[in-house]
Amino acid sequence: MTLTLEAVTYRYPGTARPALADISLEIAPGAVLGLVGANEAGKSTLCLLAAGLAPATIGGRIEGRVVIDGLATVAARPSELAQRCGILFQNAETQLSGTAATVWEEVAFGPRNLSLSLAEIAERTDWALGILGIEALAPREPGRLSGGQAQLVALAAVLAMRPAYLVLDEPTSQLDPQGTKMVGSALQRLAHDTGVGLLVVEHKTDLLASIAERCLVLADGRIVGGGPSAELLADPRLDGWGVEPPSAVRIERAARSAGLAEAMLSAIAALP
Amino acid sequence: MSNPLVEVSDLVFVYPNGVRALDSIDLRIERGERLAIIGQNGSGKSTLVRHFVGLLHATSGEVRVDGQPVGRRHVAELARTVAIAFQNPDRQIFAARVRDEVGFGPRNLGLRGAVLHERVGAALRVVGLDGRGDANPYDLGYSQRKLLALACVVAMDAPLVVLDEPTTGQDARGVRRIEAIMAELAAGGTTVVAISHDMRFVAENAARVVVMRAGRIVDDGPPATVFSEPSWPVLGSTYLEPPLAARVGARLGLGPTPTERTLVARALEASAPRVSGPG
Repeated sequence: MTLTLEAVTYRYPGTARPALADISLEIAPGAVLGLVGANEAGKSTLCLLAAGLAPATIGGRIEGRVVIDGLATVAARPSELAQRCGILFQNAETQLSGTAATVWEEVAFGPRNLSLSLAEIAERTDWALGILGIEALAPREPGRLSGGQAQLVALAAVLAMRPAYLVLDEPTSQLDPQGTKMVGSALQRLAHDTGVGLLVVEHKTDLLASIAERCLVLADGRIVGGGPSAELLADPRLDGWGVEPPSAVRIERAARSAGLAEAMLSAIAALP
Repeated sequence: MSNPLVEVSDLVFVYPNGVRALDSIDLRIERGERLAIIGQNGSGKSTLVRHFVGLLHATSGEVRVDGQPVGRRHVAELARTVAIAFQNPDRQIFAARVRDEVGFGPRNLGLRGAVLHERVGAALRVVGLDGRGDANPYDLGYSQRKLLALACVVAMDAPLVVLDEPTTGQDARGVRRIEAIMAELAAGGTTVVAISHDMRFVAENAARVVVMRAGRIVDDGPPATVFSEPSWPVLGSTYLEPPLAARVGARLGLGPTPTERTLVARALEASAPRVSGPG
């Protein structure tokens, strides 16, 4: 049981040049896989494919296949996909339904469409708001949230579907440092405690260094690097791939070139 | 001394639902400053800068831009003085072509023909979108739409530029580009106000940092002061942490080291043998 991309090449409708070429990857239940790369490298496209929205919903041509727990996405119905793999778009405000009067109803929107009992809809909604620490937003109007709040609400709405896998396109881009940490630890708990498999696209490599076991690098639609996060995020080729290394790696490098590595490294290691 | 570019006096803003978003804000921004506003989500950063452009009107108190109270000025006239790039570019993009989007503001300033064309071209070059002038903005990726919104701001050639979260969604190159644009604007005398959650970006690109908590300004000073150890409790009270460089410097007893560059420089000074000293 995994979410697998098998030698996937994908072209958007009306384009000849592939947006993604020969992508193979696997996400196991409970695993957190980070995805980094320069802007326009194809990260968001890969998210759409992994969640099955491309090509089923937006069209385009695919070679190879995407399989989620045995189900090939090209043959799946939207309702089947929604419970297998949830997706959080980069611009979270675009995925709020626009039909709910309150945040609570917004988060309950997905579960309600699964014809669950009222009690279970309420249980899932409260759980999703709780795990992200945003219970206080429940009575608020979804259209009047700040960017960061909208991002958390959209994430809660995805979580309430209880998908087996989650694809998150820059889930913390609008969040303050505390919100970023909180989402990071919520995602770790989700993977660890409930076995959800996660694909997380982030420019914040500090966050990936702390939550992802492994990371992949995408450049020009191809996977050009991959490995355990600690190794990959310290790879000197990262800059060339347009990816900002984590702060600790940058400081270590600067210190090393100034001949100060040891004092600096022990100071970084000693930080709380 | 000439009047400040922005002068906020005892500003209070209460949303219709009763939420007090800004509470007794006093802030002077001088011409040519590079200022960053930090604070947790909901602390009032975006609400404050929206008063600079007349998008929100003070419940009480006053905001003056270029000596004139904002409340009495027409939005179109304010646009000559203040240009703002919103956090979410999709809230401001509406044209079907990139060059029309960038040309919209300058056209409203009365520019036409070759002058307009040149202004638009220059702004697109600055943000690295030259060659994409005929594209539909929604065929661009999110990070490029952020750069497009920045080009619109650059094209206004306004004395005050406000950037709300300019680096979100940008890769390393995009961040470097935005840093270079801000430096270039500042070098040309433009006043730049940036809202950001990225403390490294703030420490390296702002000369002054304003810290907000629950609608109030709780700290205001250069990065070396705001991110120095004695200020950490204030930062902590709004759930912010200083950049890693500042924390490492404090750990090593090197004094304020808000940026990686100052950290390494201080560490080198501290480890160098003293050739001569004040005695």
